[in-house]
Amino acid sequence: MRKLSLSLAVLLALGGAAQAESIVLASTTSVDNSGLLAKILPVFTKATGIEVKVIAQGTGQALATAAHGDADLVLVHDPDAEAKFIAEGHGILKREIAWNDFLFVGPKSDPAGIAGTHDAVAALAAISSKHAAFVTRGDTSGTDAAEKRLWKKAGINPAGADWYRDIGGGMGAALNAAAAMNAMVFTDRGTWLSFQNKRDLVALVEGDASFINRYDVIQLNPVLHPNVKIEPARKLAEWLAGPDGQREIGAVAQGGEQLFHPDADKVYVPGT
Amino acid sequence: MSAAATLIAAALGIAAASVLALVSFPARSVLVVAVNALLGLPPVVIGLVFYLLLSHSGPLGWLDLLFSPAAMVAAQAALAAPIICALVHRSLERSWAEFGPPLRILGASRLRALPVLLGMNRRAIATAILAGFGRCLSEVGAVLMVGGNIAGHTRSLTTSVVLQTSMGNLETALLLGLVLVGVSVAVSAGGIALGGARL
Repeated sequence: MRKLSLSLAVLLALGGAAQAESIVLASTTSVDNSGLLAKILPVFTKATGIEVKVIAQGTGQALATAAHGDADLVLVHDPDAEAKFIAEGHGILKREIAWNDFLFVGPKSDPAGIAGTHDAVAALAAISSKHAAFVTRGDTSGTDAAEKRLWKKAGINPAGADWYRDIGGGMGAALNAAAAMNAMVFTDRGTWLSFQNKRDLVALVEGDASFINRYDVIQLNPVLHPNVKIEPARKLAEWLAGPDGQREIGAVAQGGEQLFHPDADKVYVPGT
Repeated sequence: MSAAATLIAAALGIAAASVLALVSFPARSVLVVAVNALLGLPPVVIGLVFYLLLSHSGPLGWLDLLFSPAAMVAAQAALAAPIICALVHRSLERSWAEFGPPLRILGASRLRALPVLLGMNRRAIATAILAGFGRCLSEVGAVLMVGGNIAGHTRSLTTSVVLQTSMGNLETALLLGLVLVGVSVAVSAGGIALGGARL
Protein backbone atom coordinates (compact mmCIF):
# COMPACT_ATOMS: atom_id res chain seq x y z
CA MET A 1 0.00 0.00 0.00
CA ARG A 2 2.83 2.37 0.84
CA LYS A 3 4.39 1.49 -2.50
CA LEU A 4 1.12 2.29 -4.21
CA SER A 5 0.67 5.70 -2.58
CA LEU A 6 4.29 6.49 -3.37
CA SER A 7 3.68 5.60 -7.01
CA LEU A 8 0.57 7.74 -7.05
CA ALA A 9 2.60 10.62 -5.62
CA VAL A 10 5.14 10.17 -8.42
CA LEU A 11 2.33 10.12 -10.95
CA LEU A 12 0.78 13.30 -9.57
CA ALA A 13 4.16 15.04 -9.42
CA LEU A 14 4.78 14.17 -13.07
CA GLY A 15 1.34 15.45 -13.95
CA GLY A 16 1.92 18.63 -11.96
CA ALA A 17 5.19 19.32 -13.74
CA ALA A 18 3.24 19.69 -16.98
CA GLN A 19 1.29 22.67 -15.65
CA ALA A 20 3.89 25.38 -16.51
CA GLU A 21 2.91 27.87 -19.24
CA SER A 22 3.02 25.70 -22.30
CA ILE A 23 0.93 24.95 -25.34
CA VAL A 24 0.56 21.94 -27.59
CA LEU A 25 1.14 22.58 -31.29
CA ALA A 26 -0.22 19.82 -33.50
CA SER A 27 1.92 19.97 -36.58
CA THR A 28 3.06 18.03 -39.56
CA THR A 29 6.01 15.73 -39.92
CA SER A 30 7.38 17.92 -42.71
CA VAL A 31 7.94 21.01 -40.53
CA ASP A 32 9.28 18.86 -37.70
CA ASN A 33 11.46 16.33 -39.57
CA SER A 34 12.98 19.18 -41.57
CA GLY A 35 14.18 20.81 -38.36
CA LEU A 36 12.22 24.05 -38.91
CA LEU A 37 10.35 24.07 -35.61
CA ALA A 38 13.36 22.96 -33.60
CA LYS A 39 15.21 26.02 -34.91
CA ILE A 40 12.54 28.71 -34.61
CA LEU A 41 10.49 27.76 -31.53
CA PRO A 42 13.29 28.31 -28.98
CA VAL A 43 13.39 31.94 -30.18
CA PHE A 44 9.66 32.29 -29.46
CA THR A 45 10.00 30.60 -26.06
CA LYS A 46 12.87 32.93 -25.15
CA ALA A 47 10.83 35.99 -26.12
CA THR A 48 7.55 35.02 -24.43
CA GLY A 49 8.33 32.37 -21.83
CA ILE A 50 5.76 30.09 -23.47
CA GLU A 51 6.98 26.55 -24.00
CA VAL A 52 5.71 24.90 -27.19
CA LYS A 53 5.23 21.14 -27.20
CA VAL A 54 5.21 19.89 -30.76
CA ILE A 55 3.24 16.79 -31.75
CA ALA A 56 4.41 15.91 -35.24
CA GLN A 57 1.67 14.11 -37.16
CA GLY A 58 0.34 14.16 -40.68
CA THR A 59 -2.05 17.02 -41.47
CA GLY A 60 -5.08 14.72 -41.26
CA GLN A 61 -4.09 13.38 -37.86
CA ALA A 62 -3.03 16.81 -36.55
CA LEU A 63 -6.45 18.25 -37.43
CA ALA A 64 -8.13 15.24 -35.79
CA THR A 65 -6.07 15.77 -32.65
CA ALA A 66 -7.19 19.40 -32.53
CA ALA A 67 -10.80 18.44 -33.26
CA HIS A 68 -10.66 16.20 -30.15
CA GLY A 69 -9.56 19.24 -28.17
CA ASP A 70 -6.09 17.85 -27.58
CA ALA A 71 -4.04 20.63 -29.18
CA ASP A 72 -3.97 24.40 -28.70
CA LEU A 73 -2.91 25.36 -32.20
CA VAL A 74 -2.39 23.60 -35.52
CA LEU A 75 0.23 24.14 -38.21
CA VAL A 76 -0.70 22.18 -41.32
CA HIS A 77 -0.63 22.19 -45.11
CA ASP A 78 -3.71 20.76 -46.80
CA PRO A 79 -6.06 23.48 -48.08
CA ASP A 80 -9.02 21.09 -48.54
CA ALA A 81 -8.75 19.49 -45.10
CA GLU A 82 -8.23 22.92 -43.52
CA ALA A 83 -11.35 24.31 -45.16
CA LYS A 84 -13.34 21.34 -43.85
CA PHE A 85 -11.87 21.81 -40.36
CA ILE A 86 -12.90 25.47 -40.36
CA ALA A 87 -16.33 24.74 -41.85
CA GLU A 88 -16.96 22.26 -39.02
CA GLY A 89 -16.35 25.12 -36.59
CA HIS A 90 -13.12 23.85 -35.01
CA GLY A 91 -10.91 26.60 -36.41
CA ILE A 92 -11.59 30.33 -36.27
CA LEU A 93 -8.60 32.07 -37.77
CA LYS A 94 -6.19 30.84 -40.40
CA ARG A 95 -2.91 32.52 -41.24
CA GLU A 96 -0.56 31.54 -44.02
CA ILE A 97 2.92 31.60 -42.56
CA ALA A 98 5.24 29.93 -45.04
CA TRP A 99 5.49 28.05 -48.28
CA ASN A 100 7.90 25.79 -50.02
CA ASP A 101 7.37 23.35 -52.83
CA PHE A 102 6.89 19.68 -53.50
CA LEU A 103 8.97 17.65 -55.90
CA PHE A 104 9.22 14.12 -57.23
CA VAL A 105 12.39 12.32 -56.23
CA GLY A 106 13.54 8.90 -57.35
CA PRO A 107 16.52 6.76 -58.26
CA LYS A 108 19.31 8.23 -60.40
CA SER A 109 18.61 5.54 -63.03
CA ASP A 110 15.29 7.35 -63.71
CA PRO A 111 13.15 4.32 -64.67
CA ALA A 112 10.22 6.45 -65.86
CA GLY A 113 12.36 8.83 -67.93
CA ILE A 114 11.07 11.94 -66.20
CA ALA A 115 14.30 13.53 -64.89
CA GLY A 116 14.52 17.25 -65.53
CA THR A 117 10.88 17.66 -66.58
CA HIS A 118 8.52 20.15 -64.95
CA ASP A 119 5.08 18.71 -65.64
CA ALA A 120 3.49 16.68 -62.84
CA VAL A 121 0.68 15.21 -64.94
CA ALA A 122 3.04 14.03 -67.69
CA ALA A 123 5.40 12.58 -65.09
CA LEU A 124 2.63 10.59 -63.42
CA ALA A 125 1.42 9.29 -66.78
CA ALA A 126 4.99 8.10 -67.53
CA ILE A 127 5.36 6.46 -64.11
CA SER A 128 2.05 4.70 -64.48
CA SER A 129 2.62 3.47 -68.04
CA LYS A 130 6.10 2.14 -67.15
CA HIS A 131 4.79 0.61 -63.91
CA ALA A 132 7.78 2.21 -62.17
CA ALA A 133 7.88 1.65 -58.41
CA PHE A 134 6.29 4.56 -56.53
CA VAL A 135 6.00 5.01 -52.77
CA THR A 136 2.98 6.83 -51.39
CA ARG A 137 2.51 7.99 -47.78
CA GLY A 138 -1.13 6.89 -47.57
CA ASP A 139 -1.53 8.70 -44.23
CA THR A 140 -3.95 11.58 -45.09
CA SER A 141 -1.10 14.04 -44.52
CA GLY A 142 -0.92 17.29 -46.47
CA THR A 143 1.71 15.84 -48.78
CA ASP A 144 -0.36 12.69 -49.28
CA ALA A 145 -3.42 14.79 -50.15
CA ALA A 146 -1.39 16.90 -52.60
CA GLU A 147 -0.06 13.74 -54.29
CA LYS A 148 -3.57 12.26 -54.55
CA ARG A 149 -4.81 15.51 -56.14
CA LEU A 150 -2.11 15.23 -58.81
CA TRP A 151 -3.07 11.64 -59.68
CA LYS A 152 -6.68 12.75 -59.96
CA LYS A 153 -5.65 15.64 -62.20
CA ALA A 154 -3.76 13.14 -64.36
CA GLY A 155 -6.87 10.98 -64.56
CA ILE A 156 -5.07 7.95 -63.19
CA ASN A 157 -6.15 5.80 -60.28
CA PRO A 158 -3.01 4.00 -59.06
CA ALA A 159 -4.59 2.55 -55.90
CA GLY A 160 -4.01 -1.19 -55.67
CA ALA A 161 -1.42 -1.40 -58.48
CA ASP A 162 1.57 -3.48 -57.41
CA TRP A 163 4.06 -0.74 -58.35
CA TYR A 164 2.15 1.81 -56.19
CA ARG A 165 3.27 1.09 -52.65
CA ASP A 166 1.25 2.56 -49.81
CA ILE A 167 3.50 2.59 -46.73
CA GLY A 168 1.12 4.39 -44.35
CA GLY A 169 3.90 6.44 -42.79
CA GLY A 170 5.45 9.86 -42.38
CA MET A 171 7.59 11.72 -44.95
CA GLY A 172 10.83 10.40 -43.51
CA ALA A 173 9.55 6.84 -43.50
CA ALA A 174 8.42 7.23 -47.12
CA LEU A 175 11.85 8.58 -48.17
CA ASN A 176 13.56 5.70 -46.33
CA ALA A 177 11.27 3.23 -48.11
CA ALA A 178 11.86 4.83 -51.51
CA ALA A 179 15.63 4.80 -50.96
CA ALA A 180 15.49 1.13 -50.03
CA MET A 181 13.21 0.10 -52.92
CA ASN A 182 14.65 2.38 -55.60
CA ALA A 183 11.22 3.87 -55.97
CA MET A 184 9.93 7.36 -56.70
CA VAL A 185 8.17 9.44 -54.08
CA PHE A 186 6.46 12.82 -53.78
CA THR A 187 8.05 14.91 -51.05
CA ASP A 188 8.11 18.42 -49.64
CA ARG A 189 11.41 20.20 -50.20
CA GLY A 190 12.10 20.90 -46.53
CA THR A 191 12.15 17.25 -45.51
CA TRP A 192 13.99 16.28 -48.70
CA LEU A 193 16.80 18.77 -48.14
CA SER A 194 17.36 17.77 -44.53
CA PHE A 195 16.94 14.02 -45.12
CA GLN A 196 20.19 12.17 -44.44
CA ASN A 197 19.62 8.75 -46.02
CA LYS A 198 19.13 9.66 -49.72
CA ARG A 199 21.31 6.87 -51.11
CA ASP A 200 20.51 6.78 -54.87
CA LEU A 201 17.60 9.23 -54.70
CA VAL A 202 17.82 12.48 -56.66
CA ALA A 203 15.35 15.24 -57.51
CA LEU A 204 13.52 14.30 -60.72
CA VAL A 205 10.56 16.62 -61.36
CA GLU A 206 10.43 20.16 -59.96
CA GLY A 207 8.79 23.46 -60.79
CA ASP A 208 5.22 22.52 -61.74
CA ALA A 209 2.88 25.36 -60.75
CA SER A 210 0.81 22.94 -58.68
CA PHE A 211 3.84 22.07 -56.54
CA ILE A 212 3.38 25.10 -54.27
CA ASN A 213 3.00 23.90 -50.70
CA ARG A 214 1.44 26.39 -48.27
CA TYR A 215 1.63 26.09 -44.52
CA ASP A 216 -1.11 27.61 -42.40
CA VAL A 217 -1.48 28.10 -38.70
CA ILE A 218 -5.06 27.83 -37.45
CA GLN A 219 -6.37 29.07 -34.11
CA LEU A 220 -9.08 27.01 -32.46
CA ASN A 221 -12.64 27.88 -31.59
CA PRO A 222 -12.86 28.51 -27.82
CA VAL A 223 -16.60 27.86 -27.84
CA LEU A 224 -16.16 24.32 -29.15
CA HIS A 225 -12.93 23.72 -27.23
CA PRO A 226 -13.13 25.54 -23.88
CA ASN A 227 -10.02 23.80 -22.52
CA VAL A 228 -7.78 25.15 -25.27
CA LYS A 229 -5.16 27.70 -24.18
CA ILE A 230 -6.41 30.41 -26.52
CA GLU A 231 -4.24 33.30 -25.39
CA PRO A 232 -0.73 31.76 -25.61
CA ALA A 233 -1.80 29.97 -28.81
CA ARG A 234 -2.80 33.33 -30.34
CA LYS A 235 0.61 34.73 -29.33
CA LEU A 236 2.40 31.93 -31.16
CA ALA A 237 0.20 32.30 -34.25
CA GLU A 238 0.85 36.04 -34.33
CA TRP A 239 4.57 35.56 -33.74
CA LEU A 240 4.83 33.05 -36.59
CA ALA A 241 3.00 35.43 -38.94
CA GLY A 242 4.71 38.54 -37.56
CA PRO A 243 8.07 40.04 -38.52
CA ASP A 244 10.13 38.17 -35.90
CA GLY A 245 8.75 34.73 -36.73
CA GLN A 246 8.90 35.39 -40.46
CA ARG A 247 12.56 36.40 -40.20
CA GLU A 248 13.36 33.20 -38.27
CA ILE A 249 11.47 31.02 -40.78
CA GLY A 250 13.37 32.59 -43.67
CA ALA A 251 16.69 32.04 -41.95
CA VAL A 252 16.40 28.26 -41.68
CA ALA A 253 18.57 26.67 -44.33
CA GLN A 254 20.09 23.30 -45.09
CA GLY A 255 23.23 22.99 -47.20
CA GLY A 256 22.87 26.65 -48.25
CA GLU A 257 19.27 26.18 -49.44
CA GLN A 258 16.38 27.91 -47.75
CA LEU A 259 13.90 25.30 -46.43
CA PHE A 260 10.79 27.50 -46.13
CA HIS A 261 9.83 30.84 -47.57
CA PRO A 262 8.10 33.23 -45.17
CA ASP A 263 4.72 34.37 -46.40
CA ALA A 264 2.33 36.09 -44.01
CA ASP A 265 0.42 38.14 -46.51
CA LYS A 266 -2.89 36.41 -46.28
CA VAL A 267 -5.16 36.24 -43.27
CA TYR A 268 -8.31 34.30 -43.91
CA VAL A 269 -11.34 34.83 -41.65
CA PRO A 270 -14.22 32.46 -42.28
CA GLY A 271 -17.28 34.26 -43.63
CA THR A 272 -15.42 37.22 -45.15
CA MET B 1 9.78 7.01 -16.30
CA SER B 2 9.92 3.28 -17.01
CA ALA B 3 10.93 2.81 -13.36
CA ALA B 4 7.89 4.69 -12.09
CA ALA B 5 5.65 2.67 -14.38
CA THR B 6 7.25 -0.58 -13.22
CA LEU B 7 6.74 0.44 -9.58
CA ILE B 8 3.04 1.06 -10.16
CA ALA B 9 2.70 -2.12 -12.21
CA ALA B 10 4.50 -4.12 -9.51
CA ALA B 11 2.23 -2.81 -6.75
CA LEU B 12 -0.91 -3.53 -8.75
CA GLY B 13 0.36 -6.79 -10.23
CA ILE B 14 1.57 -8.32 -6.96
CA ALA B 15 -1.58 -7.26 -5.10
CA ALA B 16 -3.80 -8.75 -7.79
CA ALA B 17 -1.69 -11.92 -7.96
CA SER B 18 -1.98 -12.37 -4.18
CA VAL B 19 -5.73 -12.10 -4.26
CA LEU B 20 -6.00 -14.45 -7.24
CA ALA B 21 -3.73 -17.03 -5.63
CA LEU B 22 -5.01 -17.02 -2.06
CA VAL B 23 -8.68 -16.10 -2.16
CA SER B 24 -11.24 -18.24 -3.92
CA PHE B 25 -14.24 -16.47 -5.39
CA PRO B 26 -16.62 -17.34 -8.22
CA ALA B 27 -14.98 -15.54 -11.15
CA ARG B 28 -11.43 -16.39 -10.13
CA SER B 29 -10.54 -18.81 -12.91
CA VAL B 30 -12.02 -16.44 -15.48
CA LEU B 31 -9.82 -13.64 -14.14
CA VAL B 32 -6.73 -15.85 -14.19
CA VAL B 33 -7.37 -16.69 -17.83
CA ALA B 34 -7.97 -13.00 -18.55
CA VAL B 35 -4.70 -11.92 -16.94
CA ASN B 36 -2.77 -14.52 -18.89
CA ALA B 37 -4.46 -13.40 -22.08
CA LEU B 38 -3.40 -9.83 -21.32
CA LEU B 39 0.26 -10.97 -21.41
CA GLY B 40 0.10 -10.65 -25.16
CA LEU B 41 -1.71 -7.33 -25.08
CA PRO B 42 -0.71 -5.35 -28.20
CA PRO B 43 0.81 -2.05 -27.03
CA VAL B 44 -0.91 -0.07 -29.79
CA VAL B 45 -4.28 -1.19 -28.45
CA ILE B 46 -3.39 0.02 -24.95
CA GLY B 47 -2.09 3.22 -26.54
CA LEU B 48 -5.34 3.73 -28.41
CA VAL B 49 -7.49 2.99 -25.35
CA PHE B 50 -5.50 5.41 -23.17
CA TYR B 51 -5.56 7.97 -25.95
CA LEU B 52 -9.36 7.78 -26.15
CA LEU B 53 -9.69 7.85 -22.35
CA LEU B 54 -7.34 10.79 -21.83
CA SER B 55 -8.35 12.84 -24.87
CA HIS B 56 -10.20 16.04 -24.05
CA SER B 57 -13.20 14.54 -25.79
CA GLY B 58 -12.85 11.37 -23.69
CA PRO B 59 -14.08 10.57 -20.16
CA LEU B 60 -10.79 11.43 -18.43
CA GLY B 61 -10.01 14.51 -20.52
CA TRP B 62 -10.48 16.83 -17.52
CA LEU B 63 -7.30 15.36 -16.00
CA ASP B 64 -5.37 17.13 -18.77
CA LEU B 65 -2.91 14.24 -18.95
CA LEU B 66 -2.74 13.48 -22.69
CA PHE B 67 0.71 14.15 -24.19
CA SER B 68 2.27 14.20 -20.71
CA PRO B 69 4.83 11.90 -19.09
CA ALA B 70 2.13 10.79 -16.65
CA ALA B 71 0.06 9.43 -19.56
CA MET B 72 3.07 7.45 -20.76
CA VAL B 73 3.64 6.06 -17.27
CA ALA B 74 -0.01 5.02 -17.04
CA ALA B 75 0.10 3.23 -20.40
CA GLN B 76 3.39 1.51 -19.57
CA ALA B 77 2.04 0.42 -16.19
CA ALA B 78 -1.06 -1.00 -17.86
CA LEU B 79 1.17 -3.05 -20.15
CA ALA B 80 3.53 -4.27 -17.44
CA ALA B 81 0.99 -5.04 -14.70
CA PRO B 82 -0.50 -8.17 -16.36
CA ILE B 83 3.00 -9.56 -16.95
CA ILE B 84 3.98 -9.11 -13.32
CA CYS B 85 0.60 -10.34 -12.12
CA ALA B 86 0.64 -13.51 -14.23
CA LEU B 87 4.22 -14.46 -13.34
CA VAL B 88 3.80 -13.78 -9.61
CA HIS B 89 0.45 -15.56 -9.56
CA ARG B 90 1.96 -18.69 -11.02
CA SER B 91 4.58 -19.07 -8.31
CA LEU B 92 2.30 -17.93 -5.47
CA GLU B 93 -0.35 -20.43 -6.49
CA ARG B 94 2.18 -23.24 -6.43
CA SER B 95 3.52 -22.34 -2.98
CA TRP B 96 0.02 -21.82 -1.60
CA ALA B 97 -0.96 -25.31 -2.73
CA GLU B 98 2.16 -26.70 -1.06
CA PHE B 99 2.49 -24.60 2.07
CA GLY B 100 -1.04 -23.29 2.51
CA PRO B 101 -2.39 -26.27 4.51
CA PRO B 102 0.52 -26.38 7.04
CA LEU B 103 0.37 -22.61 7.46
CA ARG B 104 -3.36 -22.79 8.09
CA ILE B 105 -2.82 -25.59 10.63
CA LEU B 106 -0.35 -23.35 12.44
CA GLY B 107 -3.19 -20.87 12.72
CA ALA B 108 -2.06 -18.32 10.13
CA SER B 109 -4.81 -16.42 8.37
CA ARG B 110 -4.47 -15.80 4.64
CA LEU B 111 -3.34 -12.25 5.39
CA ARG B 112 -0.65 -13.51 7.78
CA ALA B 113 0.45 -16.21 5.37
CA LEU B 114 0.89 -13.78 2.47
CA PRO B 115 4.18 -12.14 3.61
CA VAL B 116 5.66 -15.60 4.20
CA LEU B 117 4.64 -16.74 0.73
CA LEU B 118 5.89 -13.53 -0.90
CA GLY B 119 9.18 -13.95 0.93
CA MET B 120 9.52 -17.51 -0.33
CA ASN B 121 8.91 -16.34 -3.89
CA ARG B 122 11.14 -13.27 -3.87
CA ARG B 123 13.27 -14.54 -6.75
CA ALA B 124 10.25 -15.17 -8.91
CA ILE B 125 8.87 -11.76 -7.97
CA ALA B 126 12.17 -10.07 -8.83
CA THR B 127 12.16 -11.84 -12.21
CA ALA B 128 8.56 -10.76 -12.81
CA ILE B 129 9.38 -7.13 -11.99
CA LEU B 130 12.39 -7.25 -14.33
CA ALA B 131 10.18 -8.66 -17.09
CA GLY B 132 7.71 -5.81 -16.49
CA PHE B 133 10.51 -3.27 -16.56
CA GLY B 134 11.76 -4.73 -19.83
CA ARG B 135 8.30 -4.25 -21.32
CA CYS B 136 8.17 -0.62 -20.16
CA LEU B 137 11.66 0.13 -21.43
CA SER B 138 11.17 -1.33 -24.88
CA GLU B 139 7.67 0.08 -25.39
CA VAL B 140 7.24 2.42 -28.34
CA GLY B 141 3.76 2.13 -29.86
CA ALA B 142 1.71 3.11 -26.83
CA VAL B 143 4.02 5.85 -25.54
CA LEU B 144 4.17 7.40 -29.00
CA MET B 145 0.38 7.64 -29.08
CA VAL B 146 -0.27 8.98 -25.58
CA GLY B 147 2.99 10.90 -25.14
CA GLY B 148 3.18 12.52 -28.58
CA ASN B 149 7.00 12.26 -28.77
CA ILE B 150 7.43 15.90 -27.66
CA ALA B 151 11.10 16.95 -27.59
CA GLY B 152 12.46 17.25 -24.04
CA HIS B 153 9.10 16.30 -22.59
CA THR B 154 7.67 12.98 -23.71
CA ARG B 155 10.46 11.83 -26.00
CA SER B 156 11.84 8.52 -24.77
CA LEU B 157 14.78 6.53 -26.04
CA THR B 158 12.49 4.35 -28.14
CA THR B 159 10.58 7.23 -29.70
CA SER B 160 13.91 8.99 -30.42
CA VAL B 161 14.97 5.94 -32.39
CA VAL B 162 11.76 6.19 -34.43
CA LEU B 163 12.27 9.91 -35.04
CA GLN B 164 15.95 9.66 -35.99
CA THR B 165 15.16 6.81 -38.37
CA SER B 166 12.43 8.87 -40.02
CA MET B 167 14.89 11.74 -40.45
CA GLY B 168 17.28 9.38 -42.20
CA ASN B 169 19.85 9.68 -39.38
CA LEU B 170 20.38 5.95 -39.26
CA GLU B 171 23.70 6.14 -37.39
CA THR B 172 22.18 8.23 -34.60
CA ALA B 173 19.19 5.90 -34.46
CA LEU B 174 21.44 2.86 -34.18
CA LEU B 175 23.53 4.54 -31.49
CA LEU B 176 20.41 5.32 -29.44
CA GLY B 177 19.27 1.74 -29.98
CA LEU B 178 22.56 0.48 -28.58
CA VAL B 179 22.16 2.73 -25.53
CA LEU B 180 18.69 1.23 -25.03
CA VAL B 181 20.05 -2.30 -25.27
CA GLY B 182 22.83 -1.33 -22.85
CA VAL B 183 20.35 -0.05 -20.27
CA SER B 184 18.28 -3.19 -20.64
CA VAL B 185 21.30 -5.47 -20.22
CA ALA B 186 22.57 -3.47 -17.24
CA VAL B 187 19.21 -3.70 -15.48
CA SER B 188 18.92 -7.45 -16.03
CA ALA B 189 22.51 -8.01 -14.92
CA GLY B 190 21.88 -5.84 -11.86
CA GLY B 191 18.76 -7.81 -11.07
CA ILE B 192 20.56 -11.12 -11.36
CA ALA B 193 23.49 -9.90 -9.27
CA LEU B 194 21.06 -8.66 -6.64
CA GLY B 195 19.23 -11.98 -6.71
CA GLY B 196 22.44 -13.93 -6.24
CA ALA B 197 23.77 -11.71 -3.48
CA ARG B 198 20.85 -11.06 -1.21
CA LEU B 199 17.69 -12.85 -2.15
